[in-house]
Amino acid sequence: MAERYRADVLVSCLHDRTPDLIPALEAEVKRRGLEEEVRVVEAGCRGFCSMGPVLLIQPDGIFYIRVQPADVPELVEETLVKGRIVERLTYKEPTTHACIPHYGDIPFHAKQVRIVLRHCGLINPESVEEYIAVGGYQALGKVLGSMTPEEIIEEVKESGLRGRGGAGFSTGRKWEAGRKAEGEIKYMLVNGDEGDPNCFMDRALMEADPHSILEGLVIGAYAVGAHQGFIYIPYEHTRAVRSMRNAVEQAREYGLLGEDILGSGFDFDVELRLGAHSFVGGESTALMHAIEGKVSEPRPKHIHTTEKGLWGRPSCLNNVKTLNIVPEIINRGAEWFASIGTETSKGTQVFSLAGKVNNVGLAEVPMGITVRELVFDVGGGVPKGREFKAVQIGGPSGGCLPASLLDMPMDYETLAEAGSMMGTGGVIVWDDRTCVVDVARYFLDFLRDESCGKCTSCREGIRRMLEILTRITEGQGEMADLETLETLGRVVKSVSLCGLGKTAPNPVLSGLRYFRDEYVAHIVDHKCPAGVCKALIEYYVIEDLCIGCGLCRRKCPQEAISGEKKEPHVIDPALCIKCGVCFDVCKFDAVGVR
Amino acid sequence: MPKLKSLEELQKLRQQLQGDIKARTETSTTITVGMGTCGIAAGAREVMHAILAELEARNIDAHVTTVGCIGMCSREPLVDIQQGGEPRVTYGDVTPAMVPRLIEEHLIQGNVVEEWVVGRVAG
Repeated sequence: MAERYRADVLVSCLHDRTPDLIPALEAEVKRRGLEEEVRVVEAGCRGFCSMGPVLLIQPDGIFYIRVQPADVPELVEETLVKGRIVERLTYKEPTTHACIPHYGDIPFHAKQVRIVLRHCGLINPESVEEYIAVGGYQALGKVLGSMTPEEIIEEVKESGLRGRGGAGFSTGRKWEAGRKAEGEIKYMLVNGDEGDPNCFMDRALMEADPHSILEGLVIGAYAVGAHQGFIYIPYEHTRAVRSMRNAVEQAREYGLLGEDILGSGFDFDVELRLGAHSFVGGESTALMHAIEGKVSEPRPKHIHTTEKGLWGRPSCLNNVKTLNIVPEIINRGAEWFASIGTETSKGTQVFSLAGKVNNVGLAEVPMGITVRELVFDVGGGVPKGREFKAVQIGGPSGGCLPASLLDMPMDYETLAEAGSMMGTGGVIVWDDRTCVVDVARYFLDFLRDESCGKCTSCREGIRRMLEILTRITEGQGEMADLETLETLGRVVKSVSLCGLGKTAPNPVLSGLRYFRDEYVAHIVDHKCPAGVCKALIEYYVIEDLCIGCGLCRRKCPQEAISGEKKEPHVIDPALCIKCGVCFDVCKFDAVGVR
Repeated sequence: MPKLKSLEELQKLRQQLQGDIKARTETSTTITVGMGTCGIAAGAREVMHAILAELEARNIDAHVTTVGCIGMCSREPLVDIQQGGEPRVTYGDVTPAMVPRLIEEHLIQGNVVEEWVVGRVAG
């Protein structure tokens, strides 16, 4: 029999950094004699990563940020014993510093529409019972009891759901192809190999709500006619692996996986497959090679994997987020899902906010939201009052969008037309101190390492583009380089086999499209307008503003700054390594870059 | 763990488990127990435990929260019941023995137990 608690303390974003927090909370709750009325629950990621570890106290919705074990006695005494709010632990609005004690009132949360992340941070991911209590596996019960595979496929098609792995192919059509494919043995596969740097929504979802993925998987398997599935996860994501493995075992115990699921006569089981984490490994054929135990390289897809995939058999591969959405579509109907988003892009997208933005974390918003709403309302704007310059969407192979496109709606088609892409929803915000050439160089460096090397265009093309970019950042570029970059970019895009090569030149091409001036400044004027490329900049003290506090002198790792107290200081260019510490620490904006 | 054999069994299990996460699900009924020093000294904690047990036993959908002292220390333990847009009804001198009748009459039958009421605040 269930027990009734008056309050649940939901603790998120512990990972392994604050292992003492939950034991401290439990001990204090017990010490105060509250253990029969207050329960401490380890919940999954809530997405508000910059504020972690966070704590949500239900039913009151009181939200505390950056909680440490030392805060526990006061928190328990004030909030759990006496029903009062501890102001110093509440979220503060970044500009007015006003306390916002309730989770629902925080703009980061209030602007979100949570479908994928519906249970994240609200249930204990290790408990199938909690998942069932919030309505889990009801959709599975419904389809097995009252829907034919064709009806499921029709429902998913009508909902307009597109695969959330990046390419955005219609999930219903993929399942239909899988259903129609000939073969007695078919496979249903789950792609948990998230490769973009700064992206962590798939990992967070596997950690926070594993059963929703399993439920969608079994529904998909029933629709396609598969009896065996594989979940591919990079083994480095240890917590996600643990969470999924535990969920599979629990689902088997309850008869939600295995033979005769819910007494329907339908059999399906799933195995975890762990592999090394790589960017190209998320490509469908590369992933199937990895499951087969081969080198994780893509192959040409003249024959679709839905016909001949894993071990040459029909295989249906879906991203974890796609599968997690399916039970909601079954429960709430295709019409409900199709009512959210834009004409071509239905539902919501989980964006991973990173870079120069206040609220770093995961945010789920309706498709079609503008860049401005995402960055400024949900993301809380650019830190330290700096100017917004651009946003890179779609991970390393996406493209940047300048401030002039802030009001552009974000859906698959609009982003692609603007030279960017939805991808898996990685968003990196740039401020005026981000150099477009340097960022392109950084991404190409990443992609050069991640390219599997199978196609010459990708292997050699990215390398040559990187060489040119490096030259430009060092002030050795020529105007002809820009044309070469564009030509190379077009070739790599059109000739390469898989998505990695097809999109790798995007950061360079979109940078040239929107910030050509900045490339020209590097080449012609030998200047880096953002003040980033070390070969092209010089730090200097603005005499009029310097009060001679000596902070920069003490912080300089090279002892390159000298000066008397209360007198303007001087930077010796011969000793300066351009680390920028003086620029960052100066409270009087008296350090300039030229 | 016995395997679930049908959707009905799953739904039955869900109903059993729902009480366990009650504090996290929406409800229109909130029972507030005064938990200032005065309340605690007068036995508010025991009253709250009785409320929690009664809600669980009858599978009633309601949140139980605590607040600090609201000033009427002589009538503690004070228990407020608020439902939807109805006025908040405050009961005074509540003891664990009074809890079953309070829940039965106010929450189930919808009749305020007037003889125990000490005040009302518009919802």
